[in-house]
Amino acid sequence: MRDRSVRPAAWRLAATALAIVLAFSLIGCAKAAEEPKAPEPVAVEKTKVVLASTTSTQDSGLFDVLIPAFEKANPEYTVEVIAVGSGEALKMGENKDADVLLVHSPAAEKTFMEAGFGIERRDVMYNDYVLVGPAADPAGVKAAKDLKGVMKALSGGKAPFMTRDDKSGTHSKELKLWKDASISPTGTANAKDWYLATGQGMGETLKIANEKQGYTISDRATFLTSKGALDLVILREGDKGLLNQYGVITVKDAARPEGAAAFMEWITSAEGQKVVGEYGVEKFGQALFTPNAK
Amino acid sequence: MDIFIGAFRDGLTMLVSGATDVWSIVLVSIQVSGVAVLLALVLGIPIGFALGTKRFVGRRMMLIIANTGMGLPPVVVGLVVAMLLSRRGPFGKLELLYSQPAMVFAQLIIALPVVAAVSAAAVSAVPRELRLQARSLGASRLQEALMTLKEARMGLLAAVAAGFGSIISEVGAVTMVGGNLAGKTRVMTTAIVQYTRMGDYGPALALASLLMGMVLVVNILLTQVQQSAERYEK
Repeated sequence: MRDRSVRPAAWRLAATALAIVLAFSLIGCAKAAEEPKAPEPVAVEKTKVVLASTTSTQDSGLFDVLIPAFEKANPEYTVEVIAVGSGEALKMGENKDADVLLVHSPAAEKTFMEAGFGIERRDVMYNDYVLVGPAADPAGVKAAKDLKGVMKALSGGKAPFMTRDDKSGTHSKELKLWKDASISPTGTANAKDWYLATGQGMGETLKIANEKQGYTISDRATFLTSKGALDLVILREGDKGLLNQYGVITVKDAARPEGAAAFMEWITSAEGQKVVGEYGVEKFGQALFTPNAK
Repeated sequence: MDIFIGAFRDGLTMLVSGATDVWSIVLVSIQVSGVAVLLALVLGIPIGFALGTKRFVGRRMMLIIANTGMGLPPVVVGLVVAMLLSRRGPFGKLELLYSQPAMVFAQLIIALPVVAAVSAAAVSAVPRELRLQARSLGASRLQEALMTLKEARMGLLAAVAAGFGSIISEVGAVTMVGGNLAGKTRVMTTAIVQYTRMGDYGPALALASLLMGMVLVVNILLTQVQQSAERYEK
């Protein structure tokens, strides 16, 4: 139509731009293809092991240290970590989509083992949960005598409380705290206004709690990792009910049972336990997990 | 295939019995995306009209912007809106992050270029002679504009469908600025992600079917528009 005369020029321009973009992406591909080749000195036939774990473990950064250490000790395996909620991690075990699980939801793990989905379960380590909230502490959880008192103070609805509501280990822990205090948060009169379900991972839930200036329960590692972007503080820690036990489970009829068994043996060995116990000292000035494999 | 059969049965039971709040999630989806599309139409159709009929300085630039905007990555929109509205951001005082208005805002940014570009194409397809003729018969500028929009109505319907389609299926931006809060900002897409994460395939599949249904309706509308346009050409 009106612009017909400029069309060829425009097309040429567009074609040139496209060519440049393609050329760059090819360079990128070439680079990406070259890099991983370098650190492999000998060609070993590697078996992939699928480890299903939780987002909070992933967010803590533990795997960045743990997996390379395992792969160094067992060069015949490579580990692929799938980080989901404890609920889905167990479901992945049930569906045999994972070979080995590292989760922290003792009650759900017990059900899983009883249903015959796992070969063996062992304790690995524990860390602890912290109750975080705005420094002003509008609900008054600091003054509470024990965790029951804390939950009662929170259920007053003076400030929002974020629940993960995703069947994660952290969510089960929270539910247990309510149960121990004989409170049904969803049963309170104005639950809709203060008991907010995020349905998301720990990092995202902390961010939402921060924006809403509310409370939430987080594992210490994730809170320490994301603290920089938050205006929330630890209001409650060290209470016995806030401990968080991790377990490793080998999945029955998994695709790669040897790799799963090797991972379980290694993480509960003196060598694996040492890696667990030292993680975080360098980065945060304190260990994030306490190894306790028997 | 057992996994699908089982999930399908669970999902169906849930939809029929209304046991889970699946329908309230659907309602929030329609509400948020509906308002966003409505705003996108109010702003986008005049822009599209101007781009499609008027000749002015910067028109070419604006067309490029609108066309680029059609390919705007929603996660980028999510990121920028989240930063703007965050407590530490420039509009933190409004306390809008993780609320429905924040979602509407993000979806508006995603849908606006789509609506503007599609309606620009629609009005420019109306023969120029027709507009000139209307003017020569004594129509005012407003009457001329209304007539043009009326002639382009099928294309404008396409703009509505394309705009709605671009946001109803979107998950990145709404998670980032909505936060998936149950009963407040949880929409179909974010709920599907969550249920899948939890291994609850039943409700995930139920919501997925409803979402597919909606996308299907939108595309039936679009096809209808295309066919009637073909008839018009003849």
